[in-house]
Amino acid sequence: MKQTRRVILSAASGLALLAAPPAAAQAFITVSSTTSTENSGLFGHILPIFTAETGIEVRVVAQGTGQALETGRRGDADVVFVHARAQEETFVADGYGVQRFDVMVNDFVIVGPADDPAGLKQAPDAAAAMAAIAGTGASFASRGDDSGTHVAEKALWEAAGVEPAGGWHLSTGSGMGATLNTAAQAPAYALTDRGTWLSFRNRGPLEIVFEGDPVLFNPYGVILVNPARHPHVKAAQGQAFIDWIVSDVGQAAIASFTVGGEQLFFPSVE
Amino acid sequence: MDSPFATAFSLIASGDAALMQIIGLSLRVTLTAVLVACAVGLPLGAALALAAFPGRGAVIVAFNALMGLPPVVAGLVVYLLLSRSGPFGSLALLFTPTAMILAQTLLILPIVVSLTRSVVEDLWAEYREQLRSLGASRLRAAPTLLWDGRVSLLTGVLAGFGRASAEVGAVLIVGGNIAGHTRTMTTAITLETSRGELGLAVALGIILMALTLALNAAAWGAGQWARERLG
Repeated sequence: MKQTRRVILSAASGLALLAAPPAAAQAFITVSSTTSTENSGLFGHILPIFTAETGIEVRVVAQGTGQALETGRRGDADVVFVHARAQEETFVADGYGVQRFDVMVNDFVIVGPADDPAGLKQAPDAAAAMAAIAGTGASFASRGDDSGTHVAEKALWEAAGVEPAGGWHLSTGSGMGATLNTAAQAPAYALTDRGTWLSFRNRGPLEIVFEGDPVLFNPYGVILVNPARHPHVKAAQGQAFIDWIVSDVGQAAIASFTVGGEQLFFPSVE
Repeated sequence: MDSPFATAFSLIASGDAALMQIIGLSLRVTLTAVLVACAVGLPLGAALALAAFPGRGAVIVAFNALMGLPPVVAGLVVYLLLSRSGPFGSLALLFTPTAMILAQTLLILPIVVSLTRSVVEDLWAEYREQLRSLGASRLRAAPTLLWDGRVSLLTGVLAGFGRASAEVGAVLIVGGNIAGHTRTMTTAITLETSRGELGLAVALGIILMALTLALNAAAWGAGQWARERLG
């Protein structure tokens, strides 16, 4: 019995030790954002500047836009930072968000095998490029996850008058990076934001085969989760983050982020 | 691309602070989950082996089946419970290491309970007469039987540790893979894979396996030592 008690006691004290929270109890906010901003390294570049200025730590949960908005709707984030304008406006209209602010723009590009079997390099616009993929039976790797990129892709299929169904349309149901990994293996065409593409290392035979159509512009918005609906939301700190990122300093921080010498995100506050 | 082994080695050798933090968090979360699962699962498993009550068979089958609980489902359940819109939202535990410990405990507990039940049941069958002649009732015999089966139980606990340290589905959902806060070895591997940094991802995998190997070696060594010393 004595032995048992000793075992239990030492287990309990070990437990208390391990479960003890880390010492730092800094003010923090939770931001639900997209994989494109986190994976490209943008947050790693701008957040330390914000934290140094304000003392507010920013914890980023990187998800697809659909999931990131759901995280906001459930009240599990203080701020959402995503790129699917129509869904963002619904989010605000339904009372989950306070107000949407434009932050920055990047663009989508279509990547595909370098030999370009569907001839996208000659396509006059994005709709024609998408139609060319469907017409030649080349494969296309889709996010299929209701993310901002997936929403943009669906709009492009609609503009091209193509029903994205059949064996050539590979719905990966996963993030941008995983989808690019699939596209590199298939090989298949894929729609990706330029940021993720530039910082992506496992390209295989893929290269950019179509870019530059204005419909491929990809605007990012930032929204404070509505404290009227979720009273625990850290409204003051969350708003401080939004105020900072749309300020001259925040916008300059975004503009100064480059990958391989190329600027990824362009400030959109006039 | 450098060899992943070279990358793994230089990562360790550089003592990179972010990496050390990730390793520390992974161990803290998984070892805590193992401890909690043992604190609950050992007595529960022994009780299940020794007590007689209606529906016992169903409970045993349920725990056996839960050993196959997909980590992502365990994560989802904990997520829905801890979300601000869920029943325990006011605790503000989502996206914290505590949430990750809870999810992993849920994964390990069925293994510990089922294995303890099986080990104690066998030992009770073997020593029943002896223990009864000493005047021990079924439940009073539990601590003795647990102690007697400690070597077999250790294997079960290690299996639980392996399941928890290797899983990514649950900790990703309830932890959110927040840099410097809830990023573990497995979620970091997932992130680096999605960035196409496959070499770095494999290097992290090698480090994780080395840690698991070291822990298992230590446990095995302790078992051997105990067997020699205590007979």
